[in-house]
Amino acid sequence: MGYTLDFGWLNGAVGMIARGAAMTIFLIAVTSVAGTILSIFGAAARRSRYPILRGAVGAYVELIRNTPFLVQLFFIFFGLPRLGIRLDPVIAAMLAMTLNMSAYTTEIVGSGLDAVPKGQKEAAAALGLQPWLIFIKIILPQALKVIFPALTSQIVIMMLESAVVSQIAVRELTYEADMLQARTFRAFETYFVITLVYLGMSIGLRRLLFAAGRRAIAGGMA
Amino acid sequence: MIEFTFWDILRNLLLAARWTILLSIVAFAGGTIAGLAILLLRISKRRWLRRAAEYYIGLFQGTPLLMQLFLLFFGLPLLGFRIEAWTAAVLGLTLCASAFLAEIWRGGVQSLPSGQWDAGSSLGLHYFTQLRLIILPQAFVITRAPTVGFLVQLIKSTALTSIIGFEELVRTSNAINNATFEPFTVYGLVALIYFVLCYPLTRYTKILELRAVNQH
Repeated sequence: MGYTLDFGWLNGAVGMIARGAAMTIFLIAVTSVAGTILSIFGAAARRSRYPILRGAVGAYVELIRNTPFLVQLFFIFFGLPRLGIRLDPVIAAMLAMTLNMSAYTTEIVGSGLDAVPKGQKEAAAALGLQPWLIFIKIILPQALKVIFPALTSQIVIMMLESAVVSQIAVRELTYEADMLQARTFRAFETYFVITLVYLGMSIGLRRLLFAAGRRAIAGGMA
Repeated sequence: MIEFTFWDILRNLLLAARWTILLSIVAFAGGTIAGLAILLLRISKRRWLRRAAEYYIGLFQGTPLLMQLFLLFFGLPLLGFRIEAWTAAVLGLTLCASAFLAEIWRGGVQSLPSGQWDAGSSLGLHYFTQLRLIILPQAFVITRAPTVGFLVQLIKSTALTSIIGFEELVRTSNAINNATFEPFTVYGLVALIYFVLCYPLTRYTKILELRAVNQH
């Protein structure tokens, strides 16, 4: 038992860790925006008049929610080139993360839409607003207000799950950790530091989103 | 080179799925036992115990499961344990499950009216007897849907243990893919197997949720 922890390598590694963290933040930023927009369409489609559209979105949601993210990632990155669709690792990661997240947030956004009283829509219609304007100006802001906490949690979960995209060689935080430990032979210390970085990022992201949400809601959102 | 037919691929994947199922069951059972211990701390009357359980839960919910697995896989040998992928996988998923389950059940315990505790006290029951006979049975019934929902999440999480080298469904599929160069078929089938495992549980969660809504 002569093992002593050594964090001496950390000095030269700050740059790599920062670059990896920046990539992780970039991925989650793109995914949050794209995923939320996609899930608004998804939730609207799930409540549309067309049974085929409702069925298709329902099948997509169930398929994604009942399979592991890692398998979805491998399917997109390794499987799609078989069909002639070859994707850059970063693009594949963003696609997989967006598709994964929007399956969960479609349900969340949907429950928000259902929570808006029917009278809101009727009142807006009585004022002569166009249907799409009613959706964007009246229904959606109220729905987003209700679902904001759930959406925040989902974004944080997605950020933690994004560690997996290191497996297709996207140079994010976990990938840099793998590189570092291969170079320093200090696997435990490396993953310990990186875990702390993730912990800090998830706490920070949660705080940031809540602060932003409070301000937007106080300001009336739309 | 060995020729793999579609049925060879499927048969090997199904054989590997046994390990995914076994790991899920063991981790869920372990997580239930450890989760109960964390729950007791989390609802304890002592502030520092509650705080400790809170940090434990926050730690597991605020870091990637992949990092937790790496830390166990590389960290336990430093403490003198001989560690294999299976041990690290079971331990990692158990600890993670205990944190999530404790948090789910805490919600159940705290949603019970305090009169339930008072009634137990007035019958002269000891704290742990109250928990065992009155509080926990009700808390478990209330939280049955999220508990089953977490089991689905746990089954999906076992895929991550392939990265630390545990020979389950995903790791086997990587090997088959390297031998056959049929990623579309292989990963499609893997997704299908996970779906078959998880979807019935998801449906069951929906039924439980509906039942809960109708009761109130």
